[in-house]
Amino acid sequence: MASWPILSFATFLPLVGVALILLFCRGNTPDVLRNVRFIALWTTLVTFVLTLLIWVNFDPRNPGYQMVEKAGWIPEFGINYHMGVDGISVLFVVLSGFLMPLCILASWESVQVRLKEYMIAFLALETLMIGMFCALDFVLFYMFFEGVLIPMFLIIGIWGGPRRVYAAFKFFLYTLLGSVLMLLAILAMYYVAGTTDIPTITATQFPRNMQLWLWLAFFASFAVKVPMWPVHTWLPDAHVEAPTAGSVILAGVLLKMGGYGFLRFNIPILPEATEYFAPLIYTLSVVAVIYTSLVALAQEDMKKLIAYSSVAHMGFVTIGMFALNQQGIEGSVFQMLSHGVVSGALFLCVGVVYDRLHTREIARYGGLVKNMPKYAVVFLFMTMASVGLPGTAGFVGEFLVLMGVFRDNTWVAALAATGMVLGAAYALWLYRRVVYGKLTKPDVKAMFDMTPREIAVFVPLIVVVLWMGVYPSSFLNVTSASVEQLIQTYQTKLAASHAASDVSVAAR
Amino acid sequence: MTAVFPDIWPALPEIFLALSGVALLMLGVFRGDGFTRPVSYLSIVCMLLAAVLAMGYGSGRVVTFNGMFVMDAFGVFMKVLVLVSAAFAVILGLGFNEREQIARFEYPVLMIFATLGMLMMISANDFISLYVGLETQSLALYVIAAFRRDSAKSSEAGLKYFVLGSLSSGMLLYGASLVYGFAGTTSFDKVAALFAGGAHVSPGLVIGLVFVMAGLAFKVSAAPFHMWTPDVYEGAPTPVTAFFAAAPKVAAIALLTRVVIEPFGHLAAQWHQVLVATAILSMVIGSFVAIMQTNIKRLMAYSSIGHVGYALVGLTTGTQDGVRGVLIYMALYIAMNIGAFAVILSMKAKGRMLEEIKDFSGLSKTNPMLAATMAIFMFSMAGIPPMAGFFGKLYVFLAAVAAQEYTLAVVGVLTSVVGAFYYLRIIKIMYFDEPAVVVDKVDDDGMTGVLVITSLFTLLFFVAPAPILNGAAAAAAALFAG
Repeated sequence: MASWPILSFATFLPLVGVALILLFCRGNTPDVLRNVRFIALWTTLVTFVLTLLIWVNFDPRNPGYQMVEKAGWIPEFGINYHMGVDGISVLFVVLSGFLMPLCILASWESVQVRLKEYMIAFLALETLMIGMFCALDFVLFYMFFEGVLIPMFLIIGIWGGPRRVYAAFKFFLYTLLGSVLMLLAILAMYYVAGTTDIPTITATQFPRNMQLWLWLAFFASFAVKVPMWPVHTWLPDAHVEAPTAGSVILAGVLLKMGGYGFLRFNIPILPEATEYFAPLIYTLSVVAVIYTSLVALAQEDMKKLIAYSSVAHMGFVTIGMFALNQQGIEGSVFQMLSHGVVSGALFLCVGVVYDRLHTREIARYGGLVKNMPKYAVVFLFMTMASVGLPGTAGFVGEFLVLMGVFRDNTWVAALAATGMVLGAAYALWLYRRVVYGKLTKPDVKAMFDMTPREIAVFVPLIVVVLWMGVYPSSFLNVTSASVEQLIQTYQTKLAASHAASDVSVAAR
Repeated sequence: MTAVFPDIWPALPEIFLALSGVALLMLGVFRGDGFTRPVSYLSIVCMLLAAVLAMGYGSGRVVTFNGMFVMDAFGVFMKVLVLVSAAFAVILGLGFNEREQIARFEYPVLMIFATLGMLMMISANDFISLYVGLETQSLALYVIAAFRRDSAKSSEAGLKYFVLGSLSSGMLLYGASLVYGFAGTTSFDKVAALFAGGAHVSPGLVIGLVFVMAGLAFKVSAAPFHMWTPDVYEGAPTPVTAFFAAAPKVAAIALLTRVVIEPFGHLAAQWHQVLVATAILSMVIGSFVAIMQTNIKRLMAYSSIGHVGYALVGLTTGTQDGVRGVLIYMALYIAMNIGAFAVILSMKAKGRMLEEIKDFSGLSKTNPMLAATMAIFMFSMAGIPPMAGFFGKLYVFLAAVAAQEYTLAVVGVLTSVVGAFYYLRIIKIMYFDEPAVVVDKVDDDGMTGVLVITSLFTLLFFVAPAPILNGAAAAAAALFAG
């Protein structure tokens, strides 16, 4: 067990990179810009190594919080600096650490203006993301959760596409609206429990009526973040306008914050409300899976298509979670991880051709397999992973989710399964239109295949996707103990409250 | 009845400030306008010394001057806030006044007298001393608002402030006389004792209370008594606006807090709905009307109306937690407000002041540091963590939720999202748009200092929030102990 505060190190190391860039990189000469790139790359790589160390140090048999750090922050108010990871959060920390260096590499040449600010924004974003998954205090959690909006707003707004201002505002205000309602819920819990310590609050029993309101407030925040239908509309706009690396982080990590929030707060803290509202989640998620898959079929813009596919895939995640059994929840965690890697990779695939032709319109491409064979292979692989081909990461998650939900509700499972069919349809059709067909357009003919740098970005992604697909146990082992405990907490609290209400009915 | 010499020690900061104000006035008269800078520096030193004296007071509640004057931990907290923000405001005015050729020694001296009035307001324990403090402050402020004598806008601002301010003072005085008529005393302690004893609350007294609150709402520029704010903020010279938005607001909030908690603490049922309406209206007007503004000073005016609304949310609860929220909110609001005005005062191109929001276009390219500083203040005012402004909202809303004021809390967070829109708009203009004018470098050391201090405070408040939070908690506790 690590005796040094490894979580804080991993969280705040990127800020050291920010400080280095601010202190040592002045001016705009090519040398300085190269230094900025390398500082960012090395910082994120070292952070990635640290997150891997967290994984190595993690004891999968222990379902509780590990590597816990606790220090007084505002002790008089019951607010502490409390960090720790359990089986649910540890892999998200690793995911954040894994995607970040790839984002830096992917932006190596495509970002030319205000490079320094760009790298600072990404490094700050990494601190906030890792911190959010490690935070075990509500105020701390909320600070990281909302703080993410600031760099992301700037990333979309400064380095985004033509409608970037609209997209940045929509992203910010949508998310903020959800989060402030969650803040009120946090305050109400704080008032009841007298502390903002998450483990303590998890052990607190809230009255049923209060639970329903609190649940809705948390739902408002996380449903926007996931995003669930019908509050998903910010996502396609944000994805289309964001620069490639921004899309990768958005799809790869930011959406997972919503799912993580449901698992960490709604289910264990508010079990009665969870039981009450589970049908709502099922309904919205099934609509999301089917409706957004159909919408994805109609898209003309590559990024928009993948954005809608993200909504559909995240629909699986929420379905699995609220099946509230081992397979469902483990599946949804796995699905979030695999979606993080696969959708990130797909956005990077779009980025590769976008860097060459500066358009995302599907109709402008065609026949890329002739002049970009390596690209065609990578893109095909990631498309298959997105479809859920056995042997890739996508399959395991969706399979577990469907299995879990089948045990709970056959109809939901059947409807969700249709989403998989539709998913295959839009993903393969996208691939057909972009990569196959005749190579007629002169500017498309002139496109060159992937550079070594781009290959270096994709190799780790492919390895991970295969690893997750072929040997999922290495990930599922980490999550299972904590998920088991989560379900147990949920059921114990639910049983206790049912017993209490039975008694009160009997007494009446 | 023998006249006893009162205990003057609790009033030491006021006495010191009054004496130094007179001394500086003499100094200025004899040395002339060429001596403005030294007088300004000395006035800053005097204000900070007065703050040190206030801090040296310690704790415990002392009433002196025949029950007219009270000093407690609440007074210490608020006085230090007022003095520090006044000192910052003097610094902000230095370069500006010289550039605009309105640098006169009266300016810092008037600031000192206004501040003196504020300190008296904070320590008022009687309607008479309340009014004296309020008018001492207001008279000095009317003059400062019209300080740029040859500008029609500034004169108009001064006149408007004077007419509306007198109106509100009149209302307050009328209310105070009604309270005196029905309660038989002007002393806060005696009024409190009367209602603690369960005296009958007559309608006349309630009317008096409402008039007093209307007068005070004017001073804190809470809706629906906010109309003067945008015009005065726009017309007055910018450093004066910065001063208006900070120190007098703190003093007036302190006064309002003391009035509703101490003498009328047992009449919460009567003033509660008045404050609820004022808070909701202020938050809504402050956030929605600000969207349409094109002038940055007017925008800041509406923003300050909104912020007062949030602070009033805390006061509405009438609980110790609520007052603590108000104090934390004001302390953090002052820091970011002074900082934001320091940025506005640094916005000049070829020596000409820039006051339109569109002048901020592309500031991140022409002056990245200034843009980053402004972005910190804007995110903070929008209440986005980890900036300081978030903690202000956190504690205010915590009190509201604890007191089960759910409507207020929900309206509050929703308007803060609307508010976020216009703060973000400034960031958008600075960061996403192309530069229109090239903004001059900040060449004023005092200004740079204010910018650095306030922005670091706002950005890094979360690292060590405990001192201010605990200070506010102690101050709130003192108010309820007395």
